[in-house]
Amino acid sequence: MIALSIRKLDVWFGSDRDRVDAVKDASFEVADGESFGLVGESGSGKSTILKAITGLAPTWSGEITVEGQPLQGGTRNRAFYKTVQMVFQDPYASLHPRHTVDQVLSETLYLHGLAGIDKRVEALLSDVGLGGRFRFRYPHQLSGGQRQRVAIARALAGEPDILLLDEPTSALDVSVQAEILNLLTDLRDEHNLTYLMVSHDLPVIGHMCDRLAVMKDGEIVEVMAADDLRNNTASHPYSQSLLKASAAG
Amino acid sequence: MSLLDVENLWVRFPTRQGVFDAVRGVSFTLDRERLGIVGESGSGKSMTGRAILRLIRKPGIVEADHIKLEGQNLLDLTEPQMREVRGQKISMVMQDPKFSLNPVMTVGDQIMEAYLLHNDTSKSQARAKSIAMLEAVSIRDPERVMRAYPHEMSGGMGQRIMIAMMLVPDPQILIADEPTSALDVSVQRQVLDIMDGLVKERGMGLIFISHDLNLVAEFCDRVLIMYAGRIVEVCDADRLHEAQHPYTRGLLNSLPRLDQPRKHLEVLTRDDTWAEAESVRGNA
Repeated sequence: MIALSIRKLDVWFGSDRDRVDAVKDASFEVADGESFGLVGESGSGKSTILKAITGLAPTWSGEITVEGQPLQGGTRNRAFYKTVQMVFQDPYASLHPRHTVDQVLSETLYLHGLAGIDKRVEALLSDVGLGGRFRFRYPHQLSGGQRQRVAIARALAGEPDILLLDEPTSALDVSVQAEILNLLTDLRDEHNLTYLMVSHDLPVIGHMCDRLAVMKDGEIVEVMAADDLRNNTASHPYSQSLLKASAAG
Repeated sequence: MSLLDVENLWVRFPTRQGVFDAVRGVSFTLDRERLGIVGESGSGKSMTGRAILRLIRKPGIVEADHIKLEGQNLLDLTEPQMREVRGQKISMVMQDPKFSLNPVMTVGDQIMEAYLLHNDTSKSQARAKSIAMLEAVSIRDPERVMRAYPHEMSGGMGQRIMIAMMLVPDPQILIADEPTSALDVSVQRQVLDIMDGLVKERGMGLIFISHDLNLVAEFCDRVLIMYAGRIVEVCDADRLHEAQHPYTRGLLNSLPRLDQPRKHLEVLTRDDTWAEAESVRGNA
């Protein structure tokens, strides 16, 4: 089954001389249970695709279909939020500084209309490898990795099928990155999740994803399997240059 | 004589639970070279960079036997004298362009301000120079960028704007604190090439603070590896992959690699003795 399908997607911001076409004619499909990566330089439109899916960038045209349901503009219904959730890049910015972990997760569960919130908060925390002692802490009392775990727990609260991961480890140390990537691998197995992951780090995408799309200036220049990445058999010259830069760096 | 000579540097922060030592007795020298400082967040690498420029705010305390810039001890300078050093002699590119650019000024006005502060010239010339500098850091459509506000820029563009501003006063030492961690590989390369050019052409010294071991291994000449405020290992950058210290090894092994796919990545296990061991000297 197709979890997520994007066809001829255009996303733009602004108008007239300041109009920016952030995504141009992008098409790809992500199968159920698959992990799909989006790579490209900053400003290439990879995060903008996630924003268009979640309704954070309402000015788009084309087709976005989530589990067979077509989406429109910038409004999303409740069913959508129970299907698709997002983890943002910067765990320092994506958690409310004056809400405890408990408040963050309880509020999310409440908004999803779920019962038995108390039990669920506990379960979510243990899912992401945080003990009960973290439950009543504020974000500033957590390390970057722990914060990202809370952000992942929040995304998992509504028991989604699809997780959109926007550079989930780029703000973290490599040692912590390894922990978070391992956590995401385990959660994918346990909850049978589909990942759409944005990253500029090709080894991270190669580690996590089955297939990936390479983006440049808002366009998808190539869709390839992670094995192509590993065997260095990218066909488009831009993907090759990206791989070369990454191998050197 | 070294360009910069740091001897027994300590950075301390008094807290309610007692004094916290962020940097603990670090010594190193810098010549006209690219010196990398790597470590995790909290290892004191950024604090080392800031302490050199005396940018640690009260109640933070900076102590050192000396921090000599071409023989001149920076700790002896008054604050107005220090302001002459900052920017003109030692420049710093900070970690996050979101916090180091003024959010309510257009990009153009900020770069022009930096230029006009150091040069006695007309506004139109400053404007032409600013556009030239934006082009020098490979920003497309510099005219539009000049009109834009920082929030309209992506992280990579913001960081290149910061580096464009740094190019103005032609400093002797550039301290770059994670200048490329917000950027992706292809842009990273451009930014590094720009900085590399500065080191080679102008004979600058570069202190490159980063958590990215591969990047440092490839880009720098020497590397200091910091853990818990101390230098645990010093090595030539091209030999980083032969590093001996278990901490360095642990960091290297936790990276995902394209040539070695595996289901789970190795996780670093820490040892308390790493933090207690004496700081290694990082002299050239």
